[in-house]
Amino acid sequence: MNGPHDLGGQMGFGPVVPEPDEPIFHADWEKRVLAINVAAGGLGAWTIDGIRHARESLPPVQYLSASYYEIWLAALDKVLVQHGFLDEQELASGVPGPQRRAPKRVFAGDEIPAILRRGFPYEREAQAPARFAVGDRVRTLVMHPQHHTRLPRYARGKTGVIERVTGCHVFPDTGAHGAPETAQWLYTVVFTGPELWGRDGDPDSTVSIEAWESYLEPA
Amino acid sequence: MSGHGHHHDHDHEHDNHFTAIEARVKALESLLVEKGYVDPAALDAIVDTYETRVGPRNGARVVARAWSDPAYAERLAADGTAAVAELGYGGRGGEHIVALFNTPAQHNLVVCTLCSCYPWPVLGLPPVWYKSPPYRAKAVIDPRGTLADFGVTLSEGQHVRVWDSTAETRFIVIPMRPAGTEGWSEEALAAIVTRDSMIGVALLDAAVAA
Repeated sequence: MNGPHDLGGQMGFGPVVPEPDEPIFHADWEKRVLAINVAAGGLGAWTIDGIRHARESLPPVQYLSASYYEIWLAALDKVLVQHGFLDEQELASGVPGPQRRAPKRVFAGDEIPAILRRGFPYEREAQAPARFAVGDRVRTLVMHPQHHTRLPRYARGKTGVIERVTGCHVFPDTGAHGAPETAQWLYTVVFTGPELWGRDGDPDSTVSIEAWESYLEPA
Repeated sequence: MSGHGHHHDHDHEHDNHFTAIEARVKALESLLVEKGYVDPAALDAIVDTYETRVGPRNGARVVARAWSDPAYAERLAADGTAAVAELGYGGRGGEHIVALFNTPAQHNLVVCTLCSCYPWPVLGLPPVWYKSPPYRAKAVIDPRGTLADFGVTLSEGQHVRVWDSTAETRFIVIPMRPAGTEGWSEEALAAIVTRDSMIGVALLDAAVAA
């Protein structure tokens, strides 16, 4: 979706202002939001792209004025209600009702080091050969779907070159919305600055995206 | 950061006067715990991991090894995930790692324009600026201007390559080894590698670091 999250090339936000000696967290509640976000992922009800979509579909004004952990918190509330783990009344009152949905899994404290160390790999066995090879020229689709996608607006309808065939990876656009998992070939596609930005592009820069096969057509 | 100024040294006294967001987070956590959806010990273990175990020192060791051992650098270039795992790192938020080697001809810069993708196992949690609109908006359209915001000017003729992390591939920049570090131990080398240099927004200088 063309949401507020799709920031590449937008203007008016001013310079980047790094914080000297920035702490890992700025408040204790941020630690808990981080931890709840990781642990609730274990419930097995949504994918990483499902919760990304919950964040990017927040109202634009809210998205752009919130801190990143505030965005995470708002998205957590949303997916926990959407998937039937909590309801609005529980969130408003803080008083738990009966458990209406059984979790697929609850991570135990002593399992956490191994779970985090293993992670959740996204590469899958390929069912078909890759359509493109390193060096191929490709054009990205022009599309403006209402649903989640990882093809940013600034890189749609652009011609680039396949630089790397990464592997066959879980496809985000459908998985974000609860469809059964599918996987597609994933490529690093590199574009010149002027291809992306016309006369305002830096001719001595290139930008790459990671693009799934269905985002691309031969150029 | 809203609420930041309220914290100073009074965290332990906050029990009866939470800010609105503290109260919301506490309520959410206790709902999930009481309903059996989350183990509070798991929450503590997750926080502990990213506060004390996983951070940019991991990435710095990868860089120092790559500088010290050409065979390791080759393996790192060929398969970042496997090479990083040799040092014991990997997992959540870095299941598929690609190492980007800076050269005199090309400087690499990493961004996630769509969210906040960042190589957690080697760099820890991302700083606020990395997740915020100014960086995410500017890095792809004006990479040299973005570097200038960090006080970085590249050499004449050095190409800039920006990597937008739009998939689960995670990128770590391997900065160029500074002159004057010949013969340094891996440990000494790791000590001069900054987090920002592994994102691509800083260069390294042995004289400054020493």
